[in-house]
Order: sequence, then C-alpha cells, then structure tokens
Amino acid sequence: MAEVKPAARPLSPHLQIYRWSWTMAMSIAHRVTGTGLYLGTILIAAWLVAAASGPAAFETAQAIAGSFLGRLVLFLYSFSLIHHMVGGLRHFVWDLGHGYDPQTRMNMAKFSIAVSAPLTVLIWIVALVLR
Amino acid sequence: MLSNSSMRTPLARVRGLGSAKSGTGHFWLQRVTAVANVILTLIFVGVVIALVGRPYASAVALLSNPCVAILMLLFILSACIHMRLGMQVIIEDYIHAEFPKILAVMGNTFFAIAVGAASVYAVLKLSFGG
Repeated sequence: MAEVKPAARPLSPHLQIYRWSWTMAMSIAHRVTGTGLYLGTILIAAWLVAAASGPAAFETAQAIAGSFLGRLVLFLYSFSLIHHMVGGLRHFVWDLGHGYDPQTRMNMAKFSIAVSAPLTVLIWIVALVLR
Repeated sequence: MLSNSSMRTPLARVRGLGSAKSGTGHFWLQRVTAVANVILTLIFVGVVIALVGRPYASAVALLSNPCVAILMLLFILSACIHMRLGMQVIIEDYIHAEFPKILAVMGNTFFAIAVGAASVYAVLKLSFGG
C-alpha cells in the first residue's frame, strides 16, 4: 500500500440533470448575447469603414442594412444589446451585495427579459416613426 | 504523486507563485467598462436611430460632429475592452487544453484590437473631413 491512488471522486451533475430555471436561462442568455455582440462588432466596424470610404460604399452598406436579412440581424443585434445591458444591471445589483435570495434572483431574471424585449420593440418603433 | 490533501500540483507547490494575480484587475475593468457601456450604449443607439434612412451627406455630417465623434470613440474603446475581457472568460471556461487556450486568448486580443482600430480609423477619418 505504498501507492496512494487519487480517490474516485463523484462527478458533479451537469446541465442535463437540472430542470431549467429563469436564472439559468438568463445566465446563458447573457453569454450568448455577449458572444453575438462580440461577433456583430465586425458588422459595425464594416459599416463605419464603409461610411469613411465614400458615398458608393456607404450606399451599399445602407442597402444591406435595409434589406430584410439586414433588418433581421439589426433587430437581433439591438435585442442582444439591450438584453445584455439589462442583464448587466442585474450584476451591478449583485456586486453591491443585494439580490441573492432565491425569490429576488428569480424575479430579477424574469425582469431582465420582461424589460429588454419590450424596450427593444419600443426603440424600433421610435426609430421607424422618426424615419 | 498526487496527494488528496491538496488541490495544488507538486510543480505549483515548488514554484510557490500562486495565481497570476490579475483577477481583481480583470474583474474591476470589466465593471468599470460595463458602467461606461450603459451610458455610451444608450447614446450609440440614439445615434444609430438618428442615422436611419439618412442620405450620405447628412449621415457624415452627424458622425463628424465633434461631440458625436468623441462619444463614438469612447464607446468603441470601452466596448472593445469589455468584450475582450468577457470573451476571455468564456474561452477560459470552455477551452482547457493549454495551447489552444493560449491561442484563443491571443486571437481574442487581436480581434478586439483589429475591430477597435478599424472603427476608430473610420470615425476619425469621417470627423477630419472624410
């Protein structure tokens, strides 16, 4: 018995074993929207560079952004932006030492989707009305 | 030989270095840029709304306004730092093999700087007269 073998530790259960909860969904949504925003910066940079390149390039960029697919991407991007921001506000609450009890956590998770979805639609209404 | 009494590897114990000690700085910069992003994102959304459907000349005029241009530059800077930190956490959470992880973290930095530099260049070119 000179050899001390590492104990066969139990593995912690992973995602598939848990029932989905609002906090889980909003947690992964924060990551997914963050990743979407990250990749989408390529489009923002491309749009800015097009504007800096002159009228022809800018018109092309505007036409792509104004197409159905372009609008869809813009809508998803704006929703990701707002959702990630509202989710971030939740993190500020936690950073300040509040909102750790189960009920508040659940409410804040629901709140983040209940605010971000209508807020995104509102922003689009304002944008389309001002147009 | 691994002992069950310690979570540290023998090499780590010999080196005695502990963590890289950059965690608090990472966390704090993530929060500082997050606070800045709340303000700057709302301004950015406002600018985009104001640009919707505008012809080239008036879009350029708006983007080259000094206040708008400075706020856009701040937004680009803050957003790029924030997204680089965030993506680094995601990479470190999901990629465990040392070499791919280092490559991904490095590529993440390259990406954030490339996107930031392109955007800053475009805004400066527009505001200094196209």
